[in-house]
Amino acid sequence: MRIIAFVKYVPDAAGDRSFEDDNTVDRESDGLLSELDEYAVEEALQIVSQAGDGEVIALTVGPEDAEDAVRKALQMGAHKGVHVYDEDIEGSDALSTSKVLAAAVRKVIEDEGDVDLILTGLASTDALMSVVPVQVAELLGLPAATQASDVEVNGSTVRVRRDGDTASQYIEVALPALVSVTDQINEPRYPSFKGIMAAKKKPLEDYDLEDIDLDAAEVGEDAAYTEVIDITARPPRQAGEIVADEGEGGQQLVDWLASKKLV
Amino acid sequence: MSEILVLIDHADGSVDKSSLELLTAAKSAGTPVAVFVGTAEAAQQAAPTLAEYGAERVLVASDPALTEYLVAPKAELLASLVESQQPAAVFVSASPEGREVAGRAAAKTDSGIITDAVDVTPDLVATQSVFAGGYTITGKVVKGTPFIAIKPNSISAEPSQGAGSVEEISFSPSDAAKTARIVSVEEKPASGRPNLTEAAIVVSGGRGTNGDFAPVEAFADAVGAAVGASRAAVDAGWYPHANQVGQTGKTVSPQLYVAAGISGAIQHRAGMQTSKNIVAVNKDDEAPIFELADYGVVGDLFAVLPQATDAVNARR
Repeated sequence: MRIIAFVKYVPDAAGDRSFEDDNTVDRESDGLLSELDEYAVEEALQIVSQAGDGEVIALTVGPEDAEDAVRKALQMGAHKGVHVYDEDIEGSDALSTSKVLAAAVRKVIEDEGDVDLILTGLASTDALMSVVPVQVAELLGLPAATQASDVEVNGSTVRVRRDGDTASQYIEVALPALVSVTDQINEPRYPSFKGIMAAKKKPLEDYDLEDIDLDAAEVGEDAAYTEVIDITARPPRQAGEIVADEGEGGQQLVDWLASKKLV
Repeated sequence: MSEILVLIDHADGSVDKSSLELLTAAKSAGTPVAVFVGTAEAAQQAAPTLAEYGAERVLVASDPALTEYLVAPKAELLASLVESQQPAAVFVSASPEGREVAGRAAAKTDSGIITDAVDVTPDLVATQSVFAGGYTITGKVVKGTPFIAIKPNSISAEPSQGAGSVEEISFSPSDAAKTARIVSVEEKPASGRPNLTEAAIVVSGGRGTNGDFAPVEAFADAVGAAVGASRAAVDAGWYPHANQVGQTGKTVSPQLYVAAGISGAIQHRAGMQTSKNIVAVNKDDEAPIFELADYGVVGDLFAVLPQATDAVNARR
């Protein structure tokens, strides 16, 4: 069982996210492993440990500090790390980013052997990148099951539960496959002292575009499939009216709602 | 006028409101062509509605594999229609499925995609609200056939009669697309409340409820609202994850959002700060949620909400 866990390829919502002057997302403002990716790493570790053998490879694409995300995954227990970076990647949009990830996966397969599963975390709020997981699956010709609240690997298939609003769906997918997991799926472990020490000796490969055999013309701002015309920061909300409840708070609230024709 | 393909969401021929919104957006930018996945009977039932909202043609694909497997078969369908129909653009609803179908189809056809658009101009410039509503971006697809996933509730559907001629198309997904099979579906008991992402009013509870959502639910029912919950409340097991509002839950943008006992961490704000009106009830006057609130009550939600519920009921 060989699993690739994608870590941090979107800006973290908990950080302060912004745009640079050239209209690209500022992806250098926070380090560490995106919290949502920890669920993917944890699930990968659990699946490999249940399978009895195998390895988890943490893969990231991004500037220098993206390597921190891989290190954190290694500290949690991932066996190997791969960090893809090249100046030419900067400014890539969703499909170009997907091409980089897909090429990196092909490189891992070439070096390490077949991969059974690719796990990713949620990318729910970053509208710019939310299609990346399925596009990577498409480019690799893999099936994808997204938003898994439960993942169970049985031999050559993986069974996934997705919890929707009105129903839960059970999906069966033939391996190899890509699965994205929610934050409901597990409780990510904290790296132990032993894990932190062990991580220092684990292999971490640095690749550029040439290493993953991707033409620079396919990525970056010039290759983008979409063009940003204009970006405006949302004006801050006007300060509202705040009252202290002195026994009439509920009534005052409804009076305000009524004045706005909301009730 | 060039044609715009619109992927229709429906339940046995009853068309989703979001699909009518897509038709309206398509009408302003070209000639809407509905892509209907389902049985011929369901298509006949849906056709008059689709025509009423501007569909000139209704292309019906009825291969059962299109609905037995996740996403990939529909993506193949859209990619093949892009090839055969040469549309100016493809519009889908920015639901999880719509985004994924469009994402895959865009990769297949080497096309650009814009997701979560809240507006599209006649020349296909899309507006997106990103980073939890912190920024508004306008942009357009510059390569391939533009795929645009439009958020439900952001464009108002306007009737505009089209011909609505129904055409059966022969399409069967490849075996490669039939790999993620839906084996079973477990329906959840209906709450009787509006759908969280479509509701005009959302009332949410957080840590301050201490696990007792009764006052939150009672106020929600009094105003006809959906019930939401913060991540803290969901992680504590007090409310189902399906009701979570925030970065790892739903993004809502109702007319009125009421946050009760919710401090307003960034994780929560990401899911609700584009709401038109925000009301907060919290004991802690320093809670960051008050920075967003149009109206705030510093007080105990167990006192404020029941009184507000009574006041709403008294207005009936």
